[in-house]
Amino acid sequence: MNLFEVLGHYNYWVFSILLMVGMYAVIARGNLIKKLVGLSIFQSAVFLMYISMDKVEGGTAPILQSGNPGQLYSNPLPQVLILTAIVVGVATLALGLAIVVRIHERYGTIEEQELLNAD
Amino acid sequence: MVIALCLLVPLCGAPLIVAAGQVSANLRETVTLVTASALAFLVWSLLPEVMDGGRPELFAFSLIEPLEIAFSVEPLGMMFAALASGLWIVNSIYSIGYMRGNQEKNQTRFYACFALSLFAAIGIAFAGNLLTLFLFYEMLTLSTYPLVSHKGDQDTVSSARIYLGVLLTTSIGLFLPAIIWTYHVAGTLDFAMGGVLAGHLDGPAVGLLLGLFVFGVGKAAMMPVHRWLPAAMVAPTPVSALLHAVAVVKAGVFTITKVIVYIFGVEFLFSVPESSWLLYAASFTIIVASLVALRQTNIKRLLAYSTIAQLSYVIMAAAILKPLAEIGAAVHMVAHAFGKITLFFAAGAIYVASKKTELSQLAGIGYRMPWTMTAFTIGALSMIGVPPTAGFVSKWFILAGAFEASNYVAIATIIASTVLNAAYFLPIVFSVWFGKESAELQQNDHGEAPFAAVLALCITGALTILFFLFNGPLIALERQVAAGLP
Amino acid sequence: MSMDLSLHLPILQVIVPLLAAPLVVLLQPRNLAWAATVAVCLLAFAIALQMASRVLLGDILYYEVGGWRAPFGIALQVDAVNALLLVVVSGAASLAALGCRESLFAQIEPRRHPLFFAAWLLLLAGLSGMLVSADAFNIFVFMEISSLASYILIAGGPDRRALLAVFKYLVMGTIGATFYLIGVGLIYMMTGTLNLADMARLVPEVADQRPVLLAAGFITVGLALKAALFPMHVWLANAYMHAPHAVSVFLAACGTKVAVYVLLRIDFSLFQAGNLDHSIRFALFLMPLALLGILVCSAVAMFEGQLKRMLAFSSVAQIGYILLGASLLSEAGLTSSLLHMFNHALAKSALFLAAACLSMRFMDLRIDSLAGAARQMPVTSAVFVLGGLSLIGVPGTAGFVSKWVLITALLEQGEQGMVMVAIVLVSSLMAVAYVWRTLEVLYFKEPAGELKFAEAPPLMLVIAGSAALLNLVFGLMPAVPLALSQQAAQVLIGGAP
Repeated sequence: MNLFEVLGHYNYWVFSILLMVGMYAVIARGNLIKKLVGLSIFQSAVFLMYISMDKVEGGTAPILQSGNPGQLYSNPLPQVLILTAIVVGVATLALGLAIVVRIHERYGTIEEQELLNAD
Repeated sequence: MVIALCLLVPLCGAPLIVAAGQVSANLRETVTLVTASALAFLVWSLLPEVMDGGRPELFAFSLIEPLEIAFSVEPLGMMFAALASGLWIVNSIYSIGYMRGNQEKNQTRFYACFALSLFAAIGIAFAGNLLTLFLFYEMLTLSTYPLVSHKGDQDTVSSARIYLGVLLTTSIGLFLPAIIWTYHVAGTLDFAMGGVLAGHLDGPAVGLLLGLFVFGVGKAAMMPVHRWLPAAMVAPTPVSALLHAVAVVKAGVFTITKVIVYIFGVEFLFSVPESSWLLYAASFTIIVASLVALRQTNIKRLLAYSTIAQLSYVIMAAAILKPLAEIGAAVHMVAHAFGKITLFFAAGAIYVASKKTELSQLAGIGYRMPWTMTAFTIGALSMIGVPPTAGFVSKWFILAGAFEASNYVAIATIIASTVLNAAYFLPIVFSVWFGKESAELQQNDHGEAPFAAVLALCITGALTILFFLFNGPLIALERQVAAGLP
Repeated sequence: MSMDLSLHLPILQVIVPLLAAPLVVLLQPRNLAWAATVAVCLLAFAIALQMASRVLLGDILYYEVGGWRAPFGIALQVDAVNALLLVVVSGAASLAALGCRESLFAQIEPRRHPLFFAAWLLLLAGLSGMLVSADAFNIFVFMEISSLASYILIAGGPDRRALLAVFKYLVMGTIGATFYLIGVGLIYMMTGTLNLADMARLVPEVADQRPVLLAAGFITVGLALKAALFPMHVWLANAYMHAPHAVSVFLAACGTKVAVYVLLRIDFSLFQAGNLDHSIRFALFLMPLALLGILVCSAVAMFEGQLKRMLAFSSVAQIGYILLGASLLSEAGLTSSLLHMFNHALAKSALFLAAACLSMRFMDLRIDSLAGAARQMPVTSAVFVLGGLSLIGVPGTAGFVSKWVLITALLEQGEQGMVMVAIVLVSSLMAVAYVWRTLEVLYFKEPAGELKFAEAPPLMLVIAGSAALLNLVFGLMPAVPLALSQQAAQVLIGGAP
């Protein structure tokens, strides 16, 4: 595998680097909000993977133009899927934040170490 | 039909006893006695048919093809059930005297669990296949736990845990794999005359499977899985008497005998030299347990070790693999039961009357408790095998079997253990009648135990003698097991 | 369009609780939300039973949403593999809602009831949706619906520690689901389809390509995380323990099993069909983890002081049994695996229902603090005994049947099977130890003071008692679940989606 092939897959590199960044934040950060930020990055990486794989080189947005039946357009299905996934991601994030708010109400802190010592 | 009733009577007896216990102690004990008598009547009513060679069967239901819960009455099971149900009546009479005399707590639970234990014992006796037997075997372990831990203090509970731990571990860890293995190679778990394993298994595997069975059935108390029996002596004496001289331990040796006769098949085992270790292991247990018994100072612990030795007599007799010895194995279950239950009853009666538990305290007690100590003497003589007691009959058959097989290890073991038995029982008998009470003991002025207890032990003492005279029907019954053997 | 409802059963299974959920939010008056939830759960249960009875006769129910033909439309499918689990899921939802009425009312503030029960129905809809979907992405969506609903339910109780447990669960659950999504995306990239049947047709052609192998890895690990396979089970114990008791009953019976179902369905129909290498990797990945899980988690359960945590660890061990059966890659193994999902659901729901009954009288469910409870609560204790016996696998109970099938399947494997049989037996002994420990306290330990309270409320007792009796019924008459599991194993081994 030569250098160009490696670089040619740059979208996958971006995907995996973001995935790792997100994962790292989830594991390494003690603050619950920061963990959720990491989780969000982690999910976004996957969105990018889906979006980038449907790109057809030279293709436009998949909107039917009159008088141009042979136009090249990107695959719309992954975009639709990812729209759903984004909704799921937002819901998860919202719920996660709501739980953090509740934790703060009940414990007065959102630092993991302090929470573990609390009970 | 009768089989179903035999199982239902003690099973329904337990809740009835609990219900009656809410009303009054008298009613509860009446219900116990009625249940025990009804069970004995039902079990004994099966006897004529089995004597004539009939094999009443009951198919309960099928679990997974072809595993099923089924019952079948054959001579060994008939004998075990008849023994357990008959002695339950005597034991209930004794329990009334003992439990009231000691003012024990939780008596209702005691009687209810006793009924459940008998339910499990009858299930073991009539089981038509290994799975059914295993199921009731575990039930017996669990239903006796509350009886063993009856006193409820720390020592008792930790001893009861040893009891439960050893029995459950061996049964699930060894007995169950043995059953699965049997099923895997033979494709059936049914008890069949002549065994089901012949032709499916060979060489050292036979010895290994036999080992899984023998040590898996922890209730038979073969060394080194005998630890639970001395531990179980923390139980009230009626429990030790009926369960740890009759129902539980006999369920163990009964299971092993059944496995040898109906799963392996006597002829098949005889043809496989790798299975001969069993005889040596049993002889070892007999001798070592007798030696340990010599050193005991507590009455019940002495009886426990004596039981361990006597149980291995049955296993050794079965392992001789000769017709007369197989009969001897069956007869010894009965003979030992009569003798040992008498001894336990006597030990309990001594405790109720005087709170004495140590051998050293028994000097001269024969004059304070003449009935009890006469029965004790009969029991002790039966353990040694002196005529005219029950022990002589079974030893005779086992010895005859051993001579038939020219098995000198077995003969030597029997002789040596008879000497040892005499060595630990005769000094006690001597000191009971001819010893002098020390001044300290004289202050504890007591007479006989409550009437119910004395009555019970007189009955079993008499049975020990009567069995010597009238053992014909039993031997005729058990000859069916040995029929057709070389 | 025909008005014959029986044609629409697969979609009704999902849509009924899904549409009922927003309606329940509107039911403010006391008890009404609960009553509506129970009614919907029972309706779903009836639908599941109806479908299972048809599957038992050999039918496969296939449904195309909106009439759009697959692979363009979304397809639903009910066959032997998921029919039994649909019964488990809807049955557990009904049993838990009905059998924990008083416990729910004690633990959830009345004004939150409508929202709580809406989440309850969403969880039911999500789990049912995962089961009936024949579309990989649709499974993801329903997985997230069920996860979000279960986070809400677990956090819904009064115990503040539930919040921490749920946060952990949320993070790990999201990672698991995202892994699954990555895997699905990679397969889509290689095949251009999301329909499982279509994928099953196309994947074998590219089975040895790197993205498919990667997808298999991501999907297996992601779903193993959702299924709480050892050592990815750390989220489970605290989540089950601090959740409201009713939620513990519901989740313990079916929560992780649906993820196991998706794992088996996708692995067997997509990756293993025609790819021996993958089958071997699948077995080598799952088998050691399953065995370790069985041993380690049973051991942990033996020394766990909290009743519900002990039961939770036992659940992880049981997931080990389920995946051990599957990792044998044989028909008998898969049969045991699918059957154990059903039987374990019976045992665990009975045990958690008993725990819920105990919680009505004991503030704290530490095992030591339950001394002498059997005197005051004989029915509850009897339920615990039956559930415990089934968990151990005593003959006559449901647990025995699946253990026997598993052991038979293990013995088919020859010598290494013997070792695994030994492990199964050792862990059964451990189960004896942890069940017995609790029974001993319930029955034989002297209570510290005079106990002055009555049994749990009658409705709870009736439901818990019925759950316990079901263990006996299916222990003595296992024909129906056994037949369905065998059919299911044949479907999976055959590689059909």
